[in-house]
Amino acid sequence: MIDWIAIFSNAAQELISPTTAAYALAALGLAIHFGYTGLLNFGQAGFMALGAYGYAISTLSFGFPVWAAVLVGIGASVVFALILGIPTLRLRADYLAIVTIAAAEILRLVFTTNTFDALTGSASGLQGYKGGFADLNPIPAGTYGFSPFTYNAYDWWIRIVGWSLVVLLAVITWLIMRSPWGRVIKGIREDEDAVRALGKNVYSYKMQSLILGGVYGTLAGMIFVLPRAVVPANYQTSLTFFVYAILLLGGAATILGPVIGSMIFWVLLSFFSGFVARAVEAGWLPFMSQVQAGQLRFILVGIAIMLIVIFRPQGIFGNKKELAFVK
Amino acid sequence: MEPTQTVATRSPGRWLILLGILISALTLSGIAASPAMAEDGSTDEPSSEEFEYFFTGNVTFEDEPLEGVRISVEGGGFEAETETDAEGKWTIGVPEKEVYEVTLDEDTLPEGVVVAEGEATIDAEFGLTNRKAVNFFLGEGQRVTTDIGAQVLIRLVNGLNFGLLLALAAIGLSLIFGTTGLSNFAHAEMITFGALMVLTFGVDFAVPIWLAILIALILSAALGWTLDATIWKPLRRRGVGLIPLMIVSIGLSLAIRYVYQFFYGGSTRQLPGATIPSDIHLGPITMSWIDVASMVTSIIVLGAVAYFLLRTRTGKATRAVSDNSSLAAASGIDVDRVIRIVWVMGAGLAGLSGILWAYFRPGVSWDMGFQILLLVFAAVTLGGLGTAFGALVGAIIVGMFIEISTLWLPSDMKYVGALVVLILVLLFRPQGILGRRERIG
Repeated sequence: MIDWIAIFSNAAQELISPTTAAYALAALGLAIHFGYTGLLNFGQAGFMALGAYGYAISTLSFGFPVWAAVLVGIGASVVFALILGIPTLRLRADYLAIVTIAAAEILRLVFTTNTFDALTGSASGLQGYKGGFADLNPIPAGTYGFSPFTYNAYDWWIRIVGWSLVVLLAVITWLIMRSPWGRVIKGIREDEDAVRALGKNVYSYKMQSLILGGVYGTLAGMIFVLPRAVVPANYQTSLTFFVYAILLLGGAATILGPVIGSMIFWVLLSFFSGFVARAVEAGWLPFMSQVQAGQLRFILVGIAIMLIVIFRPQGIFGNKKELAFVK
Repeated sequence: MEPTQTVATRSPGRWLILLGILISALTLSGIAASPAMAEDGSTDEPSSEEFEYFFTGNVTFEDEPLEGVRISVEGGGFEAETETDAEGKWTIGVPEKEVYEVTLDEDTLPEGVVVAEGEATIDAEFGLTNRKAVNFFLGEGQRVTTDIGAQVLIRLVNGLNFGLLLALAAIGLSLIFGTTGLSNFAHAEMITFGALMVLTFGVDFAVPIWLAILIALILSAALGWTLDATIWKPLRRRGVGLIPLMIVSIGLSLAIRYVYQFFYGGSTRQLPGATIPSDIHLGPITMSWIDVASMVTSIIVLGAVAYFLLRTRTGKATRAVSDNSSLAAASGIDVDRVIRIVWVMGAGLAGLSGILWAYFRPGVSWDMGFQILLLVFAAVTLGGLGTAFGALVGAIIVGMFIEISTLWLPSDMKYVGALVVLILVLLFRPQGILGRRERIG
């Protein structure tokens, strides 16, 4: 017999989980890059890794307070964006794609190698950096909430911080996209040459957009590691592809798209994985093992990306007129 | 100079203390030594006291203990290393009762001493107890790899081999890019496909290996035909833009990769003959027959592709479409037919590249193509996007660069160098070595 209540409550928990918030932030960053500016950044996993490692390393190895550790992460991602942007932003879009994906892999390999084990913890990663963040928690110790949303004080603290950040950055993004700056950015997406003809420095605007979206990704990386440990294997290119799936699902050039997209994505994925895993357990799918059931979700995400791009390129919230795909 | 030495040596004194603690902990069976370890401050080490299972050994040469010989253990995602103490003894704790590879670093042996019997790497398995003695038999001898010149030569040959197999995949990718404008991320899965098919037919169905390879190549080409017929041609008809196409190829790559894992599992398996000994000696270079066959195959096939592109009608048509597809169509070339041929050829070449990659690594796994996809992209970009011969040059440079860079870089970072070069090339010569300026638009 299948435990439907467990499946539904696990799926419901994904609605406000910190992981969902982290993916929403990363997707919001990509919306700035890809949806509004037309930059094909395939290195969002690299920005997230910089946030995670920047925070964890500066806390663990240098004993920085929380605010300084956050600034270190942001600083690292600004530098990373500059390094990526200088060679590629003048070139065609697919060059940026290849370079960003390569740069994110470089970061992951550098974080994985044994050479810097003392700093990065190599393949086993880092943990024990949560103390400073937990000390800031104003919620008295205890368990709060109603089923299925029952968490202890630390878990609520992560969720509150994570989702406040999502709301804050979503509002900021909405405001700047209505500003003159946002209009130039969207103009670049539609026709770079026309914007250049108006006397705007396209290269500089693109760079600002890359940095801004990258900082969102970095903050996402920090929220992502607060409920878990920093493990380099999490920052593979498939992380970027998952964020892309969320962005395309919600709608690339929208504010609500990445946020709601992340919720829908994780709730559906949790529901699907939970259902398949329990169906295998109950013997409904005799040709499949537990391990294979776990891999189905990746196949599903891959197919979902293809179908969305082909049949509904504007996503759930997008406007067909604002397709957000460069030529 | 010891170019392969990459990890800073630890002071022998500290290890002596650690080992002393370990040995006493072992003899007292179960008394934890963790407080002493914690004071030592070495929490970043995969320290032995937390594990139940131990490899131990004694490194001696002519009854004299050897100190400071580096021993490393690897397996099941776990890695650790240590050095022998003043009595030549070493101990490494491991988390699970599994098979591990125990390696003695020959660079840390004194001059003129090598592992005489067997290899410097031993597959060690626990018996009934949770301790396993691993012994290396040392003898007098000269290692051929001491000389830096010889090292460079060996790496160059290895790099050429690797570069040639990269080139097979890169030419296909470059031709597909040139004719359709698509940056095909699913090329990785076309590489893996060839190797998986050889595994299926050559190992699971026990077909003779030459036949298995032939079947795999035909199926690879068929995969290319199928992908173009079912996905890419309809999408071209719909007029889907290049960026959406690229994202579709990413989704396709993700889906196919996990379909492979679904059916073949996450383990690495060997093709027949992949582990034959390297018994061809040419000066300092040792190679196996597989290596030679791999290089000869690559060169012949690349030659055939070059002949096809330069001399045959279809090949010329391919280059014409690659250059300017509207003009080619206006001159009476059937562009769709050329693209179909390019997909079939590209997939076949990728499949062959995957088979050779399975022998080079060695091993077949579900994500083997994805591991080299970025290197293939680096090769294509380095040579110039869309130019077939640029891809060849780029691939050989990338292959050699990766192997040569292992002289300085630790082996788990060897791909980093190639990817950094990719970024630098885009900075200084974005059109690549053989590319033309106008292509980068």
